[in-house]
Amino acid sequence: MVMYVLRRLLTAIPTLFVVVTLAFFLIRIAPGGPFNQERGLSPEIRANIEAQFGLDDPLWLQYVNYLNNLAHGNFGPSYNLPDFTVGELFATGLPISVQLGAMALTLALLVGGMLGIVAALKQNRWEDYAVIATATAGSTIPTFVIAPIIQLVFGLIWNLLPIGGWNDGAWPNKVGPVLTLALPQIAIVARLMRGSMIEALRAHHIRTARALGLSDWSVIVKHALRGAVLPIVSYAGPAAAALLTGSVIVETIFAIPGVGRYFVEAALNRDYTLVMGTVVVIAIFTIVFNLIVDILYAVVDPRVRYD
Amino acid sequence: MVLKSLLRATVFASSLMMAGGVFVSPALSEVVYNRGNSADPESLDPHKTSTVYEAHILRDLFEGLVMQDQNADLIPGAAESWTVSDDGLVYTFKLRADAVWSDGSTVTADDFVYAFRRLEDPATGAEYASMLYVVKNGEEVNTGKMKPEELAVRAVDPTTFEVTLKAPTPYFLEMLTHQSSYPVNKASIEKLGADWIKPGNLVSNGAFTLAEFVPNDHIKLVKNPKFHDAANVKLDVVNYFPTEDRSTAIKRFEAGELDSNDDIPTEQLADLKAKFGDQLRIGPYLGTYYYAIKMDKAPWDNVELRNAVSMAIDRDFLAEKVWQNSMLPGYSMVPPGIEGYTPALASFAEESQIDREDKAKAILEKLGYTPEKPLKMEIRYNTSENHKNTAVAIQEQLKPLGIEVTMVNTDTKTHYGHLEQKGDFDVARAGWIADYKDPESFLGISRKASGNNYSNYNSAKFEELMDKAAADGGKPELRLKDMSEAERVLIDDVGQIPLLYYSYKNLVSPKLTGFDENVMDVHPSRFVSKQ
Amino acid sequence: MTDAALDTVGAAEPRQGRSLWDDAWARLRANKAAMASLFFLAAMAIACIAGPWLVPHTYTTIYGDYVRTPPSLSAYPKADMVETALAEAVKRMRVDIKEWRQDGDRVFVTVESGREVDERNVRYLDRSDTFGDAKVESKSDDGRTMVLSASIKQQYFLLGTDNVGRDLLSRTLMAGRISLAIGLLAGVTAVVIGVIYGATAGFIGGRTDEVMMRIVDVLYSLPFIFFVIMLVVFFGRNFVLMFLAVGAVLWLDMARIVRGQALSIRRQEYIQAAEALGVTRSGILIRHVVPNLLGPVVIYMTLLVPQVIILESFLSFLGLGVQEPMTSWGVLISAGAKNIGSANWLLLFPAIFLVSTLLALNFVGDGLRDALDPRDR
Repeated sequence: MVMYVLRRLLTAIPTLFVVVTLAFFLIRIAPGGPFNQERGLSPEIRANIEAQFGLDDPLWLQYVNYLNNLAHGNFGPSYNLPDFTVGELFATGLPISVQLGAMALTLALLVGGMLGIVAALKQNRWEDYAVIATATAGSTIPTFVIAPIIQLVFGLIWNLLPIGGWNDGAWPNKVGPVLTLALPQIAIVARLMRGSMIEALRAHHIRTARALGLSDWSVIVKHALRGAVLPIVSYAGPAAAALLTGSVIVETIFAIPGVGRYFVEAALNRDYTLVMGTVVVIAIFTIVFNLIVDILYAVVDPRVRYD
Repeated sequence: MVLKSLLRATVFASSLMMAGGVFVSPALSEVVYNRGNSADPESLDPHKTSTVYEAHILRDLFEGLVMQDQNADLIPGAAESWTVSDDGLVYTFKLRADAVWSDGSTVTADDFVYAFRRLEDPATGAEYASMLYVVKNGEEVNTGKMKPEELAVRAVDPTTFEVTLKAPTPYFLEMLTHQSSYPVNKASIEKLGADWIKPGNLVSNGAFTLAEFVPNDHIKLVKNPKFHDAANVKLDVVNYFPTEDRSTAIKRFEAGELDSNDDIPTEQLADLKAKFGDQLRIGPYLGTYYYAIKMDKAPWDNVELRNAVSMAIDRDFLAEKVWQNSMLPGYSMVPPGIEGYTPALASFAEESQIDREDKAKAILEKLGYTPEKPLKMEIRYNTSENHKNTAVAIQEQLKPLGIEVTMVNTDTKTHYGHLEQKGDFDVARAGWIADYKDPESFLGISRKASGNNYSNYNSAKFEELMDKAAADGGKPELRLKDMSEAERVLIDDVGQIPLLYYSYKNLVSPKLTGFDENVMDVHPSRFVSKQ
Repeated sequence: MTDAALDTVGAAEPRQGRSLWDDAWARLRANKAAMASLFFLAAMAIACIAGPWLVPHTYTTIYGDYVRTPPSLSAYPKADMVETALAEAVKRMRVDIKEWRQDGDRVFVTVESGREVDERNVRYLDRSDTFGDAKVESKSDDGRTMVLSASIKQQYFLLGTDNVGRDLLSRTLMAGRISLAIGLLAGVTAVVIGVIYGATAGFIGGRTDEVMMRIVDVLYSLPFIFFVIMLVVFFGRNFVLMFLAVGAVLWLDMARIVRGQALSIRRQEYIQAAEALGVTRSGILIRHVVPNLLGPVVIYMTLLVPQVIILESFLSFLGLGVQEPMTSWGVLISAGAKNIGSANWLLLFPAIFLVSTLLALNFVGDGLRDALDPRDR
């Protein structure tokens, strides 16, 4: 297992390299550049600005310079927010997105897991249908609908929560975003858990445990859950990476200064350095979480062997 | 385990309820103005900025030679008086003795010399360097043909700053209200380099200083006690919030989290008017919404055809139904509101819509286009609900006349990139907001040399009249008349198709005073007070 | 023992064997929720496909007079709207209203002006969405007063109109076509690619598995939005491209899940038994691995279709999705969400259509899963 992990970490480096290269050239091929907007620039001024950012160098040279800087941990200045370097933008925004994402994920796993177990235990009875119905509704209603509803109901009508803003991480400001992020995930986790629990509960060793007179809880916790958890684990890996890197919709609607919006805005604005920054961050998160998922697989299901 | 998670959930829920409603509030004695500003600034360096959103913030941080008051009228700024030479070429500014930077050092003429040179220096890469092309050698410096030291500005003595212009420019003082001509602190830039604009470092000479800048979250400005007029500044703190999502901004305003916001979702205008009444302020703004039409390509090189298209468009419908009266129908490139200037309206502006459509239809038939054999026209616009709705409405209007419209929508960068690189198109949406209160701002973009001349309009007569207007700089009334004639040529040639004039749309809480309406939509926080 | 004991052996009827699929179909039929949902889906599909032809409005017609009107079972214009519409039409004529009256379903208006009134002005009445069949009734001798009449056009906007003035019902139905198509096509693409890829990787295992999963990792590491923008930018605004892009990203998830399942399945006894019997690799894949994978795959697919539709609406939210004047439920809902509190019908009705469809898809998916579960025999 240790060898396996080490090997995975080693192969992560060429993976990163491929991703960075792909992204680097793809974004530059896209039409339009970082400096096109409502007021056009005369060619001389455009030339000045591009010289400043090194955009007048030949492409291969820009690439080499970029890799060089990257190796030293320098992501460069953001083109569209030149007061900040990409590093600074992530330093301020990433902790916020991670916080919200982690809270949402925990909520999703706990609540979703519980609901899924309840539904599986009471399969085809009203509790089951209730869970499925709410879970479906939850997974189908998009975040950009949930968010304004929360703002309207909890913010304007009941006056319990602020409408938006981060307010230095004040508790009330986190509730709306976390709920919005968590609800669809709760729904998905609940359904996955229900499905795999039902299958796990049918297994022979469960019947044996029941026949032996073990209590329901003990059966569930010690035996069935282990088997049921696999699809959740596979789902949770990529879901975690996505949640943790922020959700652009939630951050836009609740005015949260996270990094989620950068994934969209940077590409739309052709902010080359910021795009590269987001690509690298997502790549790292994805690789790490995929590795965690694979390790958890082996831990949960001893039949899984990586040979 | 299940029990534990249940417990955890209960704890979470109850702490939620307990914490509900607790805000981080400022010290009670501070007067805080929470100002919604649509977008984060690209940069707080006056020489690297370009948008209106930055202008608001920089106007509070810095003070230029001249400034605008709450009515957008010109008032002395760092310069307490000035004289103009008889030939209109040399401006001499007398700086006020009590003007200091926030670090205590005096604001001297050298600061302005340094700032102007830095703006034109090609190494700075300033987008608005063209602002100072009116200064002698400005363009040459910026294109690298001369060194920054050769820019025609000098410090006669520490309190006297002299500028020599290329030609008499009556709107020069108005141009100086633009943020690109604000002074910057030389010592600070030389010491800190790119970090000079960070909060805590930023040395400014305006009514406020920079306390915090958290991107996508807020920018906090605090009152500058060293400002020469600090006694009259009523606010202690101004928080700028980037309110990109307009619907959220409305809700925040309603909840009292914002005291003002600079934009609204226009499709909700009727409802907002009903809900907010006087707090919703709408009025004319110096900006024109128009369609560029590719004149150097058949069949758009036919002026009759262009005129037919322009005539047929029902601008009243667009203004009333699509933009919910948040825009006004526009028939000229220069919007109304500039004193002394009469915009040249399209010849059909007063005719009834029916007449115009009949005439347009006749022209199209003559050129061989009917609904059965339609003319194909592609409209390009950048992604936005309103631009889309405008194009869709026009599509419906032109259909019965024999013009079949298809639409292409791209994101803003691609859209303008395409236009700037002279990509192919038939008709493309564009907008222009006044940089300064002068018709030249709107007519300049139709000149042959302008990078913003998407239509590729090229008329010798237009150029001639514009040159004449520049030459008549010393005689303001004659100059305005020249430009009016030039605009006449442009409009008759249908070099662009003006559609609408912009309005400002502000939501202003009744707690604020000093947030006054004006066509430049300028509201320096210096004159605002809150109870 | 009597020969009765012998008789029973021969007397029994030969048993009719039941295949896996017969079993499954029977069980599906028995699942009431699933069958009801199946019918509902069929009804929804028919409504969306045929509906737009039956509704009296097209999904593109703009009614300038009816921008943002609430839904109503009774006809428009309402009594109080007639006067406003009349005033607006007359204003366009640049004349003044002297008086007007309504006679049944026709409206008579007398206009006057300082100058001669142009007869063509009657077309402004026709232009209005509220009136039609306008004509000049009479004209005074000096031409400065004119009586016009028009009939009131009754329109029904059962679901109201949107922010531009288009009928919401026809747009919702049209949007259904697009959303269902995208959901189905993208979902199927993702599933097919994902299952094949994941099953192969998981079952073969070893180095192949590692290499295949590394490729998945690399593709996964590209932020989705970045990838889609690139696709859109290179290939233009193609509807087909929409679902290609969406499907091309979602198969990754499916592959991971399937591969995980395959990894455990291949260690099961029946696989080893099949191997011992000498069944070929592909035979094992098709007859044993794939049917056992179906459970989580079907569940995930019913989770996938909603994801696809929401993903598509997210793209539309950014302006990259379905292009005007075409629309999808995602587009309608994202526009509706922005108008919560002031025009709730814009969100409510498309959302009802969407959620009910997805609910139905889920019940069908569950029914399929229960029906196909091989262990429940």
